[in-house]
Amino acid sequence: MRVLIVEDDKETAGYIAKGLKESGYSPTVATDGKEGLLMAASEDFDLAIVDRMLPGLDGLSLVETLRGTGKELPIVFLSAMGSVEERVKGLRGGADDYLVKPFAFSELLARIEVLLRRGSASGAETHLRVGDLELDLLSRSVRRGDKPIDLQPREFKILEYLMRNTGRVVTRVMLLENVWDYHFDPQTNVVDVHISRLRQKIDKDFDKPLLHTVRGAGYRLREPD
Amino acid sequence: MSPTSLFRSRIFQFALIYLCLFGVTVGLIGWIVFDVAKESVSRQIEATIDAEITGLVEQYNQRGLPGLVEAIRRRATSADGSRGLYLLADKRNRVLAGNLDRWPDERTDAAGWVTFRLEFPESEGGGTNFGRARVLSGDGFNLLVGHDERERTWVQSTILWTLVGSLAATVTVALFGAVFMSRALSRRIDAITATSREIMAGDLSQRVPASGRGDEFDRLAANLNAMLDRIEALIAGIKQVSDNIAHDLRSPLARLRSRLEVALMEPPDAESYRVALEKTISEADHLLQTFNALLSIAQAEAGAPRRNFTQVDLSAGARDAAELYEPLAEEKGLSLIVEVAEGIRLQGDQHLLFQALVNLLDNAIKFSPEGGSITLTLRRQGARAALAVADQGPGIPEALRERALERFFRLEESRSTPGSGLGLSLVAAVARLHDGRIALEDNRPGLRAVLDLPLNDRQPKAARTRRASTAADAQPAAGLKPSSEAAS
Repeated sequence: MRVLIVEDDKETAGYIAKGLKESGYSPTVATDGKEGLLMAASEDFDLAIVDRMLPGLDGLSLVETLRGTGKELPIVFLSAMGSVEERVKGLRGGADDYLVKPFAFSELLARIEVLLRRGSASGAETHLRVGDLELDLLSRSVRRGDKPIDLQPREFKILEYLMRNTGRVVTRVMLLENVWDYHFDPQTNVVDVHISRLRQKIDKDFDKPLLHTVRGAGYRLREPD
Repeated sequence: MSPTSLFRSRIFQFALIYLCLFGVTVGLIGWIVFDVAKESVSRQIEATIDAEITGLVEQYNQRGLPGLVEAIRRRATSADGSRGLYLLADKRNRVLAGNLDRWPDERTDAAGWVTFRLEFPESEGGGTNFGRARVLSGDGFNLLVGHDERERTWVQSTILWTLVGSLAATVTVALFGAVFMSRALSRRIDAITATSREIMAGDLSQRVPASGRGDEFDRLAANLNAMLDRIEALIAGIKQVSDNIAHDLRSPLARLRSRLEVALMEPPDAESYRVALEKTISEADHLLQTFNALLSIAQAEAGAPRRNFTQVDLSAGARDAAELYEPLAEEKGLSLIVEVAEGIRLQGDQHLLFQALVNLLDNAIKFSPEGGSITLTLRRQGARAALAVADQGPGIPEALRERALERFFRLEESRSTPGSGLGLSLVAAVARLHDGRIALEDNRPGLRAVLDLPLNDRQPKAARTRRASTAADAQPAAGLKPSSEAAS
């Protein structure tokens, strides 16, 4: 998987590149907007990480121009500008995700994984399956093996999101944004409690756990070994 | 004020323009008065002459020429005071009677009127003037009855000089008025200018003085002062934030640094490095959280995000927050009681309002003893919404409630619980942003935080109609959720 990093701060770019390499990606770094645009337009990348404020050509214009040429690769904005207004501007400009600096690398990695999956699979599936856990969106029913599981509406949405991202880390902020549709900063472990409730229902009475906690990052729903 | 600056003064220029217009108007009126007066004096004289002629003609008709001669002699001798002129002459213009010594040379007009030169004897002041008379031709004589024009000239010149005098007086008074007015107004404007200079020089505590008369200048001064108050408060806020950052972010940063240093000093060991790094990361996360909270407060306090205001369904938001926190409360053995009135909507920033609500719930859960209950209520009170979160924890002593809203304030007893001390200050900032307030009350036992928000509609009209079509009843439970673009 080739990832383009357009970031003028060499140290930040370097550590993102190192982290991505260790996670199995092949990153390339561009340090100004024009160079970044040129590379993104001429080479085949699977994803681009673009800083909002760049020398040469700012990130927003870069993304708009790139989208204008018909390139559809997923793009993540990195920005120090974190207001809702700026997020909206970035996403309208054609980015698929928006991450505010400073961010945890695990958060970036989790979002990249979700974006890359979005490119390959269709979101229109109505029947999801992980191991022996099945979720049917039409009848809104969940079962594991032959045992039906009764979930609250919110638990159902959490599970649906986790199942659509099977094998990938999902952070707490991603859950709040995608399941609750709120963008805020909880001071407490409010998401964890919802997850542990869900875990009670889908994992407790079964041999092989499916829902795992990834320390310092979030959660992952995984096929049993 | 020097003469040059006086002429450059806009107010003085206006006064001069006004003065010119006024002078021209007065001059015009004066000229009309003068002309009318002149005409009326002339007509009066002519009427007098006609009346005298009528009288003399009557004498002649009754008593013939001798009677007329006698009447003229009588009138001529008594005429000195009334300025009457009489002359009776035969057909060859030889004087028969009267107070003129010869028949005038000037020609008479068609109606028999003649204006002629008169020489006055030294006894009457001398000089020359004009007489105005009517000439009648009778049977073998010519009769001239007239009046000298000295009276008319005197009336004319009196009026003229009165007018000129009053015009000069008016202009003088108006000129002084203009100088006075422009000086008085300049003084007040200069006061404002002087204040703004001092403020530009860095003294933000300066205020524009008001005269106390409640006039336009006072209103301007009051508005400027209100603006200055706001700016001063904002700057004080910024200063406080930077002080806070210096104090409260420096110590965790120092802690973080020394932890890494100590880890380096110890003998190299992968496991102890890992432990140190993990602790460092969690400390850094905490720092970031504090930092984000500070930024949110600053954002709410700057008032700038008002342009992001949308119609927010507070009822749905309160229910969402309750649903989000209910499991956490249950895990701590707390019961979360929710009493939310339906359909309470207001113009606001949905993310900040939700963050404020979440902070209140976070606090309530954090400080509640096991087995206690937390009550979340939302009600409408007239044109306001009251959103209250009450717990049964230790509460905040009354004397410290004000300070509890300040940044980084933490009660001594709560130093051991996690938290940044920013939760309530964010709530307070969000309340202020929405023209509302946060009140901390005694819940006996515990704390009751009441967020009081006005439900007034401040959006411009265009936005209101747009809302009506999108958010009105199509998505009644949209709640505090961001618009689809904002969600990622």
